[in-house]
Amino acid sequence: MPKRFQRLSALIRKETTQLLRDRRTLMFIITLPLIELFLFAYAVSLTVYHLPTAIVDQSQDSQSRAFIQALVSSTYFDTTLSLQNETQVVQAIDAGQVKAGVVIPPDFSADIERGDANVLILLDGSDSFSVQSGYSAASAIAQSFSLNLTTQKIVHMGLASGTAAGSPPIVTSTRVLYNPDLKDLWFILPAIVGMIIQTLAVAQAALIVVKDREIGTMEQILATPVRPIELILGKMIPLLVIILLITAVILGLGVFWFGVAFQGSLWLYFWLALVFIGSSLGLGLLVSTVARTQRQAQQISMVLMLFSMLLSGIVYPRNAMPLIPQFIGDLLPLTYFIRISRGIITKGVDLAFLWPDALVLVGYCLVVLLVASASFKKRLD
Amino acid sequence: MTEIAISANGLVKTFRTRKGPLNAIDNLTLEVGRGETYGLLGPDGAGKTTTTRVILGLLSRTGGQSSILGFDSMRDTYAIRERVGYIAQQFVLPADLTVIENMRFFASVQGISQEAQDARIPELLAFAGLTDFTRRLAGQLSGGMKKKLALACSLIHQPQVVLLDEPTLGVDPVSRREFWSLLGNLRAEKGLTIFVCTPYMDEAERCNQVGLIYKGRLIAHDTPSGIKKMVPGHLLEFKPAKFVPARDLMGGLPGVLEVQTYGAMLHIFVEEAERGRRTIEKTLGSHGLEWSGMRIIEPRMEEAFISLVSRQEAQDHDQ
Repeated sequence: MPKRFQRLSALIRKETTQLLRDRRTLMFIITLPLIELFLFAYAVSLTVYHLPTAIVDQSQDSQSRAFIQALVSSTYFDTTLSLQNETQVVQAIDAGQVKAGVVIPPDFSADIERGDANVLILLDGSDSFSVQSGYSAASAIAQSFSLNLTTQKIVHMGLASGTAAGSPPIVTSTRVLYNPDLKDLWFILPAIVGMIIQTLAVAQAALIVVKDREIGTMEQILATPVRPIELILGKMIPLLVIILLITAVILGLGVFWFGVAFQGSLWLYFWLALVFIGSSLGLGLLVSTVARTQRQAQQISMVLMLFSMLLSGIVYPRNAMPLIPQFIGDLLPLTYFIRISRGIITKGVDLAFLWPDALVLVGYCLVVLLVASASFKKRLD
Repeated sequence: MTEIAISANGLVKTFRTRKGPLNAIDNLTLEVGRGETYGLLGPDGAGKTTTTRVILGLLSRTGGQSSILGFDSMRDTYAIRERVGYIAQQFVLPADLTVIENMRFFASVQGISQEAQDARIPELLAFAGLTDFTRRLAGQLSGGMKKKLALACSLIHQPQVVLLDEPTLGVDPVSRREFWSLLGNLRAEKGLTIFVCTPYMDEAERCNQVGLIYKGRLIAHDTPSGIKKMVPGHLLEFKPAKFVPARDLMGGLPGVLEVQTYGAMLHIFVEEAERGRRTIEKTLGSHGLEWSGMRIIEPRMEEAFISLVSRQEAQDHDQ
């Protein structure tokens, strides 16, 4: 047993020295997650502000002006066009001049006093993010004026024919839980942390193994009493530590730089992140059994990243997906960790709610490590 | 009878390739006694590396038996790896570790205690002439020094047997000589059994047993002088003024066994030295061809090797 421990610690020391000595790779490992984080946090915004909006004010009274003012000062809408009727608004949306239209009927002030005011909001249905943002902003404002909102998505493109049969008036009563200011970052950051970790872990685990095989170092090390499982652990443990550190840095930036509130237990997060990193490294090891060259390893990792971005629920809700993409998503550790990450960071829930996902991740981690070490043989062929 | 260090019996290794199965080792049998230096000599692609890897347990075998120090290559893989030193063909020590880090790494994976490392590593570094380069990255060493480092690393656990796969590939002649004198010292001082693959004839001469491998088969094995004696007849050397017509004449002459070219020289194996010489001189003269430096020489490993290989080829062709 002590010899086993001596071999493992020699392997860990060797890999750590090599990792720290390879400055270029190290820089890459450290800076890439930061770049990804800032890109996502700043560039990807799910809420669309400053929608160009056409206004039809058939009332022209103090209340209608106040309502328009409220729309503009919410920063969700910019009045770029003033029109006469609904048909013109539809034409403007069709022409791409505006993304939204607001139609205020005559006698608006009087209707409000009677508590029976209606406003029609038209939204460009070809842009789902605009529809979502515009709808939720308009309904919040409408609520404060206690009026009925009729929304209508203009989904047809280039057709000006009037499909103005609006849906029945809705009295909005949406209350957004956990994320009261609807800050996208609160929703996206916990997922981004997971995606960055998984991408890094899969690529680095695959590369570190394939590199040794490609150069031939593997042959020389296999000719020693080192066991395959020691070889795997010796490579994975230094990576686990460095990726855990990077996770801490990203989380720290999320909380202190971007102001995302960390609601749950940091300790629980640490342990589940550890299991998640283990699963992702295991996935990388599986990639290394398929890839012959470092180039192939990198390409396969890229494909996995693409699948993860689309199918694990970072942006697109998973329950809206057809079965096959959902199933592919189920094969990625990120899918489970995103729910855990959002659960702990945004909702502040504990294991009582997260145990199914946590259990799957633990199982995932064990299975991939077992499969990977079984495919690592003591021989070259 | 000497104790057997390495043995292979009817060893077969078949690779599956796209063009069908390929017999890299074909029914190979060899024995290396303890303390011997055994040279496995053969052209590129003959199966030297595959043989070494299978005996060491780095590749699985398709058939037959192989063992080192009585440990089966396949079943007792780790027992072998604890007792045997190995240098792979290319330089494959971690290039981004320094000389001393490499030594410590291989010492630790072999389970050598810290105290034993502190004693042995300086000794081995001195032996390999690397004492002044301990802080240099292995990848920045010269070709010869890399091989010496690999040798030092493979000796750290005081193995009884070392297997060296073309250890002087890509090494300059001076370093080659140095490397071999290190091996000579090891054999003399520690009684180390050395199994070395080489394509170089001069290195084969330094071994006390040589096996000739060709297309995965061991076509001859003996001492170097024994190998040379396997070639029948005597060897004449001369330099013809016109090479091609002279060479073409030689083949059909009575008493001529084999013709080999050696640079601008012709090497002719004949049944009897003096008669052969007279026949050749007469034939060349009658065709108006000039020559110089006609002499009788001892066949070297090279001539013996070429002769044995071409005889094997002819035999294969007949079948």
